[in-house]
Parts: sequence; C-alpha cells; structure tokens
Amino acid sequence: MRLAVVGAGVVGRAVVDLAASYGHDVVAVADSSSSVVAPNDETLAPDSVLARKSEEDVVGDDAPEAALDADYDVLVEATPTTLGDAEPGYGHAVAALEHDRHVVLANKGPVAERYDDLRAVEHDSAGRVLFEATVGGAIPAVTTIDDLGPAHVTAVRGVLNGTANFVLTRMAAEGLDYEHVLAEAQDLGVAEADPSFDVEGTDAALKCVILANVLYGGGYSLADAEVEGIDGLPTESLSLAAEDGMTVRLIGSVEDGVIRVGPRLVPEHGTLAVSGTRNIVQIETDHAGRLNISGRGAGGPETATAVLADVGRLSRPDDA
Amino acid sequence: MSEEPGSALDGPVSDTDRAYTVRLELVDQPGELLNALRPIAENGGNLLSVFHERGHLTPRGHIPVEVDLEATPERFERIVDALRENGVNVVRAGADRYGEQLTVVLVGHLVDTDLSDTLSQLERATSATVADFSLRLAREEGDSVTSARVRLDAEAGTGREVLDALREVAAEKELTVVEPLVEVSP
Repeated sequence: MRLAVVGAGVVGRAVVDLAASYGHDVVAVADSSSSVVAPNDETLAPDSVLARKSEEDVVGDDAPEAALDADYDVLVEATPTTLGDAEPGYGHAVAALEHDRHVVLANKGPVAERYDDLRAVEHDSAGRVLFEATVGGAIPAVTTIDDLGPAHVTAVRGVLNGTANFVLTRMAAEGLDYEHVLAEAQDLGVAEADPSFDVEGTDAALKCVILANVLYGGGYSLADAEVEGIDGLPTESLSLAAEDGMTVRLIGSVEDGVIRVGPRLVPEHGTLAVSGTRNIVQIETDHAGRLNISGRGAGGPETATAVLADVGRLSRPDDA
Repeated sequence: MSEEPGSALDGPVSDTDRAYTVRLELVDQPGELLNALRPIAENGGNLLSVFHERGHLTPRGHIPVEVDLEATPERFERIVDALRENGVNVVRAGADRYGEQLTVVLVGHLVDTDLSDTLSQLERATSATVADFSLRLAREEGDSVTSARVRLDAEAGTGREVLDALREVAAEKELTVVEPLVEVSP
C-alpha cells in the first residue's frame, strides 16, 4: 500500500521508518509546518525524510496540506490527539475518505469525540477507517472485540495509560510520594512535561470512549465518561492497600453502557496489577469467559506496529 | 466458646436448622457478652462460634461481636427479638447477610470532615456495616490529607449499591474513594 503519513511525532516517524519492512511504501509525509510528497509513482526514502526532520524539524519544502493531495491508498493520521472538534485530525480523515481513500488513525480524537460523524462520512466513501493504534498501543484491543463480536462482549476494562501506571507502580514499590515519582517519570521521558492528560485520566478515558463506540456502535464522546485521575493520591493510600494484599491502578472500564476511569483497588499480584508502563485490556465475553491481553501500550514502534497491522488488513480487503 | 450440638430445647438439631451470623455491638461493660449470649441458648439456638474483637471499636465506640449459630428460622426470629429485649444492639442478623465484603480506601480531609459521621451516614443509607478500618496520616507536616482503608460487610448483591452510596457521601465531603474494581460475588 502507498501511505501518506500526517504527523511526524514519535508514532508518525516510526511508521515512516517501519513501513517498508511490512511491504508498504511511504509516498507523502507531513508535520505541522511542512510536507514532502514523492513525485509521480515514486516513493520516499524514509531515512532522508527522518534525517531532515531531526536536523531541521521539517520534513520537506511543501505546505502540510500537500500531503493530503498525494496519490496514496491509506492516510495514516498521527497528529496529536485533540478534544472537542478533534481538528485537525478529523478534517484530515474526512479529506481522505472524500477521495475514497482509507484512513488509519493513531490519533484518538476523531474516534473518541466524533465517532458518529466519522462513520457517516465513511459510509459514503469507498475508503474505510481503522483505528487499532488508538487503544493500548500494540495491544490488539479493537480488533479482538471486533472478532469476538461486540454483542458477545459484556465488559471491557483495563490499564490503558502507561504513565499513570508507572507512577502508581513506583509509589507503591518505593514508598515515594506522587510529586517525586512524577518528576522521575518526566526525567525518564515516561511522562510529558505537562502530564495532566495522563494523570488526570483523560487519556485512559478517551480510549474507553473509543472502546464504548466499538462495543455499542457509536454514540459516545469524552463527555459521557466519568473520570477521576491519580494526581495527588497520597502514598499512604497505597500502603494501606498493600497491607490488605491490594494495590491501586488507574482502571478504565466500559460496562452496561457506562464508561468510568478512576483509581481502583486490585489484588496486588492479580492480572490487572501490571507494572511500569505496561498496559492490559481485559475483555469479558458471553461464551468464552475472560480474555487478558497485556503489552506495551505506548511508544513509537509499538504504536506503529498497530498502525501497520491496520494497513495490512486494508491490503487484504477480503478479511479487512 | 461453643456448646454441644443438640443442646437446644427440643432435642436434636432438626433438618430445618440454618446457619446464621449475628453481629452485635456491645457496650464495654462487665457481663455484657454473657447477657448477649444467654437468649441464644434459651431460645433453642445452637451456638457455633463467637468472635469477640476486644480492643477494636466500631465508629460508635462499641465492641463488635460476631456470633455464628444454628437455629430454625422461627427460633432465630425469637432469638433476635430476645436479644433486642435484653438491650443488646443487633446490627445485622441473618443467614444471607455478609454476602459481600468490600474494601475501599478513602482519601481526603477525613478527620476534619468527621470520618465517623461519614461511615455512619453510609451505614444508615445502605445494608453495609463497617467491619474494620485503618487510618494513616500523611507524612508531610501541615498536610491534613488522610487515607483510610475501610472494610465493609454488605448483603449479597448490594455491593454496587453500597459503592454508589459511598460515592455520594464522599462527594459531599470532597473525599476520594478508591473503590475495589469488582465487588466480590457471594
């Protein structure tokens, strides 16, 4: 498949880097200020695009919009997640669909905030929208629910934010306070300079909203989620939990049409108490009991793996 | 403490006997425990075990005692009535009580917002009783944020209801509730 990659952050760059090893070509790349488009039937050399990005912080000499007009099969939308109208990611996806092109999202905004709108545009297009990378990084959560059949899935829950999980893990293991561990996470690059999206539960909530949209066929946005974060949680609450064989995890759940994210007590050595930046998705099914899928929930190559899995599905239209 | 099986008034324990758990709250005075146990034998109950948590007080300052016994449903009702007539505070009584145990951690200005009132409100609003709690003060000086682990005994199937009520009480006092993920099924 010929890919146009919009967004040249950690995920976008990893897609550019890895596409060839999955048998796909990159024909256009855009970041927020520039783009580069391969002439005619040619493809871009990933190394030179990535080198220019790291040296000059641009990917090419064209305006960013030029990438959307390139001759591609799949638009990979990897711009930062935005709330509300989910722009510019939503607009990029719509532009691709209106040209009957496929869209693979790494950006959560369009499927969390405007799922129904996006599906309506998709309905009138020959292109399709896939978004495995938006939930749990490399973990195949969306596809698994799709395969099981949303009607046969009674609940989905899990640890969906690696930053929050890292902070809770360190606090419990070392008895350190929240501020201390957060600063450490920032030094390690595990937490952003502004960690509010992660520690206040917004990021996990967006992922749960996306899962709710998959489970119930749309109708959900962030406003429907009940969200509590872990910011300011005292270390003492974790030691009290530990005395009882429990620990605290930021758990997101979708069950009976209700989306909730908040700190929860879970058994200290239980399945959901994954440690560090690890994520886990737990799926309750009608006929097959409980499934647990855990793995790396974030990171460039990890998320790009999910993006390229979606591209792979689109390149096999019979089973996509 | 236990009695010989079959010591009930009407001879051997009948097939219709059921196991019951009675949770009593006793005032810390000599003779209170005996006072509480006497009506059980007198009314044909078969005492199985008594769990007396000395040194542990309920939020109301009473000593919680948990009594397991066997009796027919009719006798059991008489026992509960007799206990109450004797002035013993029977908090919970029944074979199907305590189906669920919930552990939560509360975080916030627990002391300033009157923790015992918080827990009493919860007990009034639901079937739950506070079985145990443990309090931890923040290490940093000047910070009055406190954490408490609270174990609640609730009737089977009411876990979700209890957590909803707890959230409501906690919200009024701006407390954070770290809930158990899934309430334990009966």
